[in-house]
Amino acid sequence: MLTTKWLKLFGVFSILALALAACGAPAPSQPTAAPAQPTTAPAQTGGKLEIFSWWTNAGEADGLNAMFELYKQQNPGVEIINATVAGGAGTNAKTVLKTRLQGGQPPDSWQVHAGKELTSYVDAGQMVPLTQFFKEQGFDKVMPPKLLEQITYKGEIWSVPVNIHRSNVLWYNIKIFQENGLTPPKTIDDFFKVAEALKAKGIIPLAVGGKDRFETPHLFESVLLAVFGPEDYPKLFQPGADWSDPRVRQAAEIAKRMLEYSNSDRSSLGWADAAQLVLDGKAAMTIMGDWAHGYFIGKGAKVGVDYGYAPAPGNEGVFMWLSDSFGLAKGAPNPEQAKAWLALCGSREGQDAFNPKKGSIPARTDADVSLYDEYLQYSIKAFSSEKLVPSVVHGAAAPEAYMTEYGNALNVFASDLDVDAVVEALKDAAKDLK
Amino acid sequence: MSSVAIPAPGRRRIRWSRVVVYSLILAFLLFFLLPVYLLLITSFKSFDQVSLSRMWDLPTSFSLESFNRAWNGGEGVIGMRGSFWNSVQMVVPATVISCILGSLNGYVLSKWRFPGSETLFTLILFGMFIPYQSILVPLVEVLREIRLYATIPGLVLVHVVYGIPITTLIFRNYYATVPNELVEAAKIDGADFFGIYRSVMLPLSAPGFVVVAIWQFTSIWNEFLFGLIITNDPQLRPVTVALQNLSGSQFTQWNVQMAGALLVALPPLLVYIFLGKYFLRGLLAGSLKG
Amino acid sequence: MQQAETLSARPARRVRWMNRDRAIALLMIAPSALAIAVFVYGFIGWTAYISMTDWRGLAISTSFVGFDNYLTIFSTGRFQTNIRNLIVFTLFFLASCLVIGLLLAVLVDARIRFEGFFRSVYIFPMALSFIVTGVVWQWLFAPGNWPNDPTGINLLFKQSGLGFLQAAWTTDTNVVPGWRIEGLRTRIGIPMAMIPVVVAAVWQMSGFVMAMYLAGLRGIPDEIKEAARVDGATEWQVFRHITLPMLQPITLSAVIILGHISLKIFDLIITMTGGAPGNNTEVPGLYMYEITFKANKFAEGAAVAMVMLVVVALLVVPYLIYNRRTEVER
Repeated sequence: MLTTKWLKLFGVFSILALALAACGAPAPSQPTAAPAQPTTAPAQTGGKLEIFSWWTNAGEADGLNAMFELYKQQNPGVEIINATVAGGAGTNAKTVLKTRLQGGQPPDSWQVHAGKELTSYVDAGQMVPLTQFFKEQGFDKVMPPKLLEQITYKGEIWSVPVNIHRSNVLWYNIKIFQENGLTPPKTIDDFFKVAEALKAKGIIPLAVGGKDRFETPHLFESVLLAVFGPEDYPKLFQPGADWSDPRVRQAAEIAKRMLEYSNSDRSSLGWADAAQLVLDGKAAMTIMGDWAHGYFIGKGAKVGVDYGYAPAPGNEGVFMWLSDSFGLAKGAPNPEQAKAWLALCGSREGQDAFNPKKGSIPARTDADVSLYDEYLQYSIKAFSSEKLVPSVVHGAAAPEAYMTEYGNALNVFASDLDVDAVVEALKDAAKDLK
Repeated sequence: MSSVAIPAPGRRRIRWSRVVVYSLILAFLLFFLLPVYLLLITSFKSFDQVSLSRMWDLPTSFSLESFNRAWNGGEGVIGMRGSFWNSVQMVVPATVISCILGSLNGYVLSKWRFPGSETLFTLILFGMFIPYQSILVPLVEVLREIRLYATIPGLVLVHVVYGIPITTLIFRNYYATVPNELVEAAKIDGADFFGIYRSVMLPLSAPGFVVVAIWQFTSIWNEFLFGLIITNDPQLRPVTVALQNLSGSQFTQWNVQMAGALLVALPPLLVYIFLGKYFLRGLLAGSLKG
Repeated sequence: MQQAETLSARPARRVRWMNRDRAIALLMIAPSALAIAVFVYGFIGWTAYISMTDWRGLAISTSFVGFDNYLTIFSTGRFQTNIRNLIVFTLFFLASCLVIGLLLAVLVDARIRFEGFFRSVYIFPMALSFIVTGVVWQWLFAPGNWPNDPTGINLLFKQSGLGFLQAAWTTDTNVVPGWRIEGLRTRIGIPMAMIPVVVAAVWQMSGFVMAMYLAGLRGIPDEIKEAARVDGATEWQVFRHITLPMLQPITLSAVIILGHISLKIFDLIITMTGGAPGNNTEVPGLYMYEITFKANKFAEGAAVAMVMLVVVALLVVPYLIYNRRTEVER
């Protein structure tokens, strides 16, 4: 085919261009001197690039577009296919992706949570290792070791993290708290005191969604962390973990009480709808990842004025993280364009364009902090100083078969609030921890 | 209501039953039109009028913003324009091929019966009832093998194949009403298989083709599961999948969802409005057998 | 026929011609027969095979494990709940469609004005995709923060002074009566969140049942009814003892058609509730999709699909056989 011929030709040219650039490049202008200040992989001047993600909401979509703009500048003429599938936490998107992979039609690069979620794709031979690419681009020098650990599997690195999110954040409506003389709860006990006071005023204390089927599981992981603490919490997701620990029941009971303080139409709302309830002043708090921050900004709200943030109750000093990353598909239709994309994802420039809009912090340690707003600066600081634990729901801690079981156990719990049943179901789910 | 049920003077018993009939019929009318009402008023509201607490208010001004967003996309919404075209590309060939195959099969099974043809017919018919989940994974594997996965031709193939039972059924039952004497006469005149088909069956087939075409058009247009599994690529997916994806996005854009729903509903609705008689006949043909 | 005369060149060898035509007939139906053999029966066999392997994860596995996957799914509370939901949905959906469909048919048949208009309105939802129905009814049944700040029909009720009719609809977590039985990991009863889904499904399909009954009603000769009336039968007796029995074959067809749609239901539920709250509206069709393509448990997904197939076959196969017998007799 003519097009493939052209592509090959471009490939040759771009390699030549790269070689020339490498020879003739002056010393890196950055004083912090990352070894290879992204000369950016070959500038592409044609072809297509399909990027698969679940970023459709305000904020995240803006961030993605900002990266696309940069990509287009660097690679003029490449047509970007923005394959997004709506539905928070990628629950729908992952399903779609799998059918495409099963059908042998991968997008060039897809969004994947850094961590255990990667392993199923790797095991099925659907990804290309990127260890060499990381060295070439110098990403291994500028990303925290804890993060690199999470994207390394079978001795290779498999994806390029573009950001870090915090999942255990309490978002609250500042006005409601001020008017009622309340302060955001630090501990679980505080939470129930505050919730009781709010309930008495006729305000929904806690907004919880359910439509995307990850919201209650998400809430529960912060409760688990509060009950188990940062040392024991990660052990819960190791193979052979002991879920008959009485603390599981204790956590379930707390979660039950929390849900009793939440809106009753949970299952018909998405996480963004729940966040909107807080913004509208109909609910006081919601526990959600800091993509909610991106959502609030996208809605024109101001941090510190319209809404405030705090660690989830009982989660003080612990940063529960997750990271969105992009991998390279084996059999990608446009591998060169995809590599250029990955180079952008890992670059300081790309991350600093994406993250302030998305409402997340960069996965690189050398980002320009001044570009980030108040909350994100706080988060960047917290990420480097607090204890780090991975999120289960968002793929960093456990494989997908487990997540599905864990998620379903908690969705059922969100509906029937049956502590005995959820404890049993979680015990059963642990069989899928492999 | 009472104005409709004007009674014939002096027949009190009937008058009361009329009142009951008309109240029921109007109550059901309300039930059937309520969603349509919501669909229409919401779709034509401008963005600043869209609020859940004023969900049932009439739009104060006429706006096509929602349609524009649903059709062209923007603000995190992927427009359905492309999907609409995909659906057209899928539906037209699938419908045409289905009609031809169904007609041939119906002709053979009604006029050229052979030992076991009834069994074959029953076996084919069973294909109409199976839950497609039970063939999904092998289907993907095979389509991938023959390089038709994630392509519109692949989707056409699937719709044609799984449309064989219903199209065969409709045509077979339709051709069964063509008197065998006509066929026999043609045979005596020396016409062969295709000769009879051309000279006897085809001239009488027009209504059969219309019924099958309408049936296949609407059911393929409205189909979701195959589209979801086989062509989920935003570049390739049919409208139903695009609409479902639209409804997965944010709360505040529910007016866009409504406009999208209306757009998806439009082609089959037009068919229903203009060819309702045949549409109904198709429905009944698919259910009342023999 | 007229043109065909020119083709009647060799009447003496008609028998051979016939055979050749037979061969062509077989040849013509062969592609379809083959396609059905592969795409229906072959694939079903393949799925049955997958259901007896231990295929988990994205890489295909073929080691044989017998009926283990069936035991696994039947022992999960989730699948048990699915089965319960499917039974509830099917019963309610069938009963409502038949009753409402018959009622509508009788009403429309009662020599009303604008009959054509009413008939068209009752049938039009049939032309829509379940996805469209799901999207629209999802918003109608979104309860909002009721009773004070409702949305959807709750809001409509509130605004029209019928506030007491507000309910949790699709978010209702109750199962009535919700009995627990030793050994079962689900509660027995009617998941209330299923009711709105049934309403939407009935909205879509009852017009179709009406059309079927209407065709049946119009096929009953007036003379029979007249004769009964002359004999002094009341309208109710005529309906009960003449009309209803004569509509029986239609009821059977309707049960088969609606029944198989109901047992396979997927599109409507994934759009309207996604199976929530909890698994209270989840049905096997959805579960299969989730565990196959989300949890990568291909073998268990195949087992669920096979169970669905068997359930549908139990309904349809006797009907097909019965139908074939009566047709051969004819």
